[in-house]
Amino acid sequence: MVAEADRLPLAAAGSPNPRDRLAIAGIRLPVWRGIWFGLGLAAALALPFAVQSFTVFQMTQALIYAIAILGLNLLTGFNGQFSLGHSAFYAIGAYTAAILMNNWEVPYYWTLIPAGLICLVAGFLFGLPALRLEGLYLALATFALATATPQLLKYSHFEAFTGGVQGLDVFKPDSPVAWLSNDQWYYFFTLGVLLVLFLCAWNLVRGRTGRAIIAIRDNPIAARAMGINTALYKSLTFGVSALYTGIAGALGAIVVEFVAPDSFTFILAVTFLVGGVVGGVTSIPGAIFGGFFVLLIPNLSEWVAGMTGRTDAKGLSWAVYGLFLILAVYIMPSGAAGFVRWLTAKLAR
Amino acid sequence: MELFLHQTMSGLATGAIYACIALAVVMIYQAIDHFNFAQGEMAMFSTFVAWQMMAWGLPFWLAFVFCVALSFAGGLAIERIVFGPIHNAPVLSHVIVFIALFSIFNSVAGFIWDFTIKPFPSPFPAEMPTGFTLISAHEAGMIGVTLLMLGLIYLFFRFTKVGLAMRAAAANPESARLVGVSVAWMLALGWGLAAAIGAVAGMLIAPIVYLEPNMMLGILLYGFAGAVVGGLTSPHGAVVGGFLMGVVENLAGTFVIGSELKLTFALVVIVAVLLFKPAGMFGRVVVKRV
Repeated sequence: MVAEADRLPLAAAGSPNPRDRLAIAGIRLPVWRGIWFGLGLAAALALPFAVQSFTVFQMTQALIYAIAILGLNLLTGFNGQFSLGHSAFYAIGAYTAAILMNNWEVPYYWTLIPAGLICLVAGFLFGLPALRLEGLYLALATFALATATPQLLKYSHFEAFTGGVQGLDVFKPDSPVAWLSNDQWYYFFTLGVLLVLFLCAWNLVRGRTGRAIIAIRDNPIAARAMGINTALYKSLTFGVSALYTGIAGALGAIVVEFVAPDSFTFILAVTFLVGGVVGGVTSIPGAIFGGFFVLLIPNLSEWVAGMTGRTDAKGLSWAVYGLFLILAVYIMPSGAAGFVRWLTAKLAR
Repeated sequence: MELFLHQTMSGLATGAIYACIALAVVMIYQAIDHFNFAQGEMAMFSTFVAWQMMAWGLPFWLAFVFCVALSFAGGLAIERIVFGPIHNAPVLSHVIVFIALFSIFNSVAGFIWDFTIKPFPSPFPAEMPTGFTLISAHEAGMIGVTLLMLGLIYLFFRFTKVGLAMRAAAANPESARLVGVSVAWMLALGWGLAAAIGAVAGMLIAPIVYLEPNMMLGILLYGFAGAVVGGLTSPHGAVVGGFLMGVVENLAGTFVIGSELKLTFALVVIVAVLLFKPAGMFGRVVVKRV
């Protein structure tokens, strides 16, 4: 499922990673990591003041996608389970937030926790039958889940809650800080949530639980022999993955101020998968790359298609998008993170 | 009772289409161990090509034959050009390329022929000649063509040398290579066949669902469900599964759940079958040595 070269080394806890002693241009790798993180964070903090408010809105959305993609990466990259159905969890998160805000006037920041918890339970429950499925069978079951979601949301008996075909309106929060516009405020709010969630994922993957999760991916039988409860860990990973995606869904509902069944189609699940694979499924920072990729490339494709100069060129943009995807797979078979790893290995001495 | 019989018959007819798609899915799955998510879009594109040829004045059956031949060549070319270079890439990369193909076919079809719904002619007479009213002539024709195609495929795999070589390449690529079978070309042939089968399915269903770029998504899901029900390792199982899905879908839609939740129903069937009989009705249980 994951290329051999792409696998994380399972170093024993506490022992230093031998790669950490390598250096590029006289600077050691851990220091490089710190530099890139610092630069990235500085850019993330400074950019909203330098660009238009629509761009801030788009960046917020890319960050939200990154959270959802990180959830998928935990499942696919680290635990080796496929999912084409994460749009369903995103939808559950989004609807939870919308219903809480509409029916009970819950403040927006409190909606994230119930959205995440409901998705955790939903993901865990879907993960239970998924235990028996591997690889493509799981992809198929989750594909069916993604296709069925919009229909369930439109189902007339749930209409009192879900608003049926028309969906629900959500109101974007006002900025509590005078010198931040609403868009900027919400961007920083999302950035904060993202940092907390990424830190949690980072710790999860590097701890005992994370090693169990990775061991199940690499060799389920050996993992079981070592005393890992594979069934429990697989379902739990499914749940945690759904939790991330659900929180992203709640954030997404608030930023677009609207939820409707047709925004949560199979295409959305595919978007997450594309972002994950292009960023690198076994990577945590890769999810951010993926988030920006899936947001920017469709726009770029539209622009390229527009260069043909025809009035109906918009229809062609998805074909250009497809070409970009094939190109990305050709150039970076194990994602941007794999590409960076390869580059580091080339440069480091 | 009349309604029940009628629904069963028209279920069999749509089932014929699901059977075609399920068969195409299983063919590719057998050859390369992957699901082709772009299968439905490839079939849709082929159908548009046939429509275009008829718009240029070709009679139905001539267009049919040309279209099947072109689809075969197209499937072959896709395997050789797109999948050849990434043969050793991780499965996920293949899935991404399937998704890319999906969006390319869908978008290009919409670009060339736009998204308005077009009628597609049926080659069969409008009235049943015998005055038999349970099933329309087109539905009967659909079932007939599907069964005929299945027979041909069975004969091809059972009695021809190429068919044998393809089975060998799928079952054990290494040994097949040792006895002189070009596994790469067998893969490409498998793709070509699957594309041709998909084209037939598309041309048969188009008179019922009408021609438009998004016509295949629901059908593809039922095709997948049919393939899973019958067993992914078994071509005839896929066909039985496809027919079964058609009938069950129609009956459940009429008598139990209504048409609102038809796709959800496919989901429930897929998950239920995978839970209780993961190999499907006719599939063999694959045991892996560790």
